[in-house]
Amino acid sequence: MKNTISLAVLRGSAIALTAALALTACGGGAGDNAGAANEEVSAEDVQAALEEGGDITIWSWEPTLDEVVESFEAEHPNVNVNLVNAGTGNDHYVALQNAVAAGSGVPDVVQLEYFSLPQFALAESVRDLSAYGAGDLQDTYNPGPWNSVQANGGIYGLPMDSGPMALYYNKEIFDKYGVEVPATWDEYVEAARALHEADPSVYIANDTGDAGLATSLIWQAGGQPYKVDGTDVTVNFTDEGSTKFAETWQQLLDEDLLAPITSWGDEWYQGLGNGTIATLATGAWMPATFSSGVAATAGKWRVAPLPQWQEGEPTSAENGGSALSITSASEKGALAYAFLEYANVGDGVQIRVDNGAFPATAATLESEDFLSDEFEYFGGQKANEVFAESAKSVPEGWSYLPFQAYANGIYNDTAGQAYVSDTTLKDGLEGWQEASIKYGSEQGFTVSK
Amino acid sequence: MTTASPPPAVPGISPLPAARVRKRSWSGWLFIGPFMAVFAIVFIAPIAYSIWLSFFRNQLVGGNSFVGLANYAQALQDSQFWSSLFRVTLFLAVQVPVMLLIALLAALALDSGRLYGKSFFRISIFLPYAVPAVVASLMWGFMYGTRFGLVGNINDALGINLPNPLSPDLILASIGNIVTWEFIGYNMLIFYSALSVIPKSIYEAAEIDGASQLRLVTAIKVPAIRGALVVATIFSVIGSFQLFNEPSILQSLAPNSISTYFTPNLYAYSLSFSGQQYNYSATVAIIMGVITMVIAYAVQLRGMRKES
Repeated sequence: MKNTISLAVLRGSAIALTAALALTACGGGAGDNAGAANEEVSAEDVQAALEEGGDITIWSWEPTLDEVVESFEAEHPNVNVNLVNAGTGNDHYVALQNAVAAGSGVPDVVQLEYFSLPQFALAESVRDLSAYGAGDLQDTYNPGPWNSVQANGGIYGLPMDSGPMALYYNKEIFDKYGVEVPATWDEYVEAARALHEADPSVYIANDTGDAGLATSLIWQAGGQPYKVDGTDVTVNFTDEGSTKFAETWQQLLDEDLLAPITSWGDEWYQGLGNGTIATLATGAWMPATFSSGVAATAGKWRVAPLPQWQEGEPTSAENGGSALSITSASEKGALAYAFLEYANVGDGVQIRVDNGAFPATAATLESEDFLSDEFEYFGGQKANEVFAESAKSVPEGWSYLPFQAYANGIYNDTAGQAYVSDTTLKDGLEGWQEASIKYGSEQGFTVSK
Repeated sequence: MTTASPPPAVPGISPLPAARVRKRSWSGWLFIGPFMAVFAIVFIAPIAYSIWLSFFRNQLVGGNSFVGLANYAQALQDSQFWSSLFRVTLFLAVQVPVMLLIALLAALALDSGRLYGKSFFRISIFLPYAVPAVVASLMWGFMYGTRFGLVGNINDALGINLPNPLSPDLILASIGNIVTWEFIGYNMLIFYSALSVIPKSIYEAAEIDGASQLRLVTAIKVPAIRGALVVATIFSVIGSFQLFNEPSILQSLAPNSISTYFTPNLYAYSLSFSGQQYNYSATVAIIMGVITMVIAYAVQLRGMRKES
């Protein structure tokens, strides 16, 4: 008797289940076809999606997007944008990877830093935007950020901001000890000695081994340690650019001229504020952090072009910066693209610049308003002129690894040892190379030196 | 081990027929059913899932595939894994005896009844245990700072040059110091409660025999709390092998001293959350679980053998 009942129940649920599956299948079919990969989506489709409206979810920690979302919603009343901060940097990527792996809770639009974009592009977690006509936007952007969103022959995001590098320096300290602001990295080492000799508590910079800084300076020196062609990857830190960086930095390490303070920690903010750290070579997005995190030294810092490896033609590099991409799992591809265009090409760009972001669009970078902006924090200096000049002189041909996030994570295990032991930075970089090759091979890439 | 005992015969009610007794044995399952369900979901399932995961390998290129025991073979040859295991073993060998000895001394001092302000000492030694490990690590991390921290201040004030506690040579000792500080109070409490159940009459008898205080400790108190000592040792062994919070927090202050494979747990963590090698990470976790179980069991066996 009991058995009969459970069989009947079982049969009932099986029918219900089949029905549910069929319904789901229908739901999928009736959904947004624009979502299908590699299918052309015209500007009209995007416009139609905007009029039809709907909800999209964005994962980003970029603070200036708040206002962009507000004005986008005001312009398109049918659209509801859900802006979520799912963490900063690595936390964000972990959450995204987990959502993609689980196949649920994936946002429509995600922020991806340039170094992590190839990883998600390779896994097809984000879409090739060529189908949306993103290829036409090439001239809208500066070459640096535009190159950074290319992967596997596709365009996997629209650049949101960029980080052309510059040298931020504490003018008060340099004036006090009568030291010239260095124009080359050799002069930088000289200045480091002079400052530290004048006052042993002053260091030219802080560094405890920062993969982002190292790769950017190697980039500036003309090195190309990473070459990526689909799943064929080359890692080689013995090229000329890498060697130049390692040799120069080794002098700073040997003579203890770098403050052993890790960036973004409490000691770091204190050091920037109290004159312990005299310079900082980083991206153009730094001013916002300066004015919020080191408010006490307003007026003391200035911006100079990044020191050069060779005198002559100025060369720079990018450090940081990110793009917005559309996930493959999104069912609102057309609507998501409409937002990308608004935020990263359209009116959103100006809103973000007004709030302190450094744009990636060429027109904004050349506009008079932008260039003539006087930074109170930098004593009224027109800092954007320095940044814009830097943005134009970024060498082409750089690429990050398709597993750069992991590689950066193990930098301190290998190259970082040069900061605390007798290991040289050159050997440390080779150790990093070996560890990266090992991981790449384990992940199925064809990795060579 | 549960043994089913026959129901006590109630006067006035005839014993149940055999058939109905057999049926009742199923109703037992009904009672433990909810427990078994929860137990299966929260204890068995995660372990089973980890074991299942450890037989696969998911690559960025090539996707997921069954690899059998390849992950285990890899882990056994993984120098990073062994170096992390060696590090926690060293930690275990040095930190645990020091901590337990201090905790035992503190418990004996409290129990001696000769301490003025006993409850103040008890609460203040126990207090660090109430501080979350993350907060404690941050706090000690600030104190260890040679630039703006306590060590830096001492250097400035006395004009000396103390070695940097966050340097690669000293970092393990510095972490040991934090862990000792955190757990002395906890272990002291275990010992103290074991001491306080010893019948006072034994002490009186010893005193009549003319035993000294030291003799009281070595001949009565310590042997009487051997069980508690074994338990505390087992907890400490497990705690050492699971070392994670302290190095993980200090990593941001001393990135070059604490590698991503500093302890087995930290290694498993970076494998899965930074390298997305979930399968290999599960393998490392299982091997560590087995090693921890074996060593904890060995400690228990040894402790019990002495007792008998």
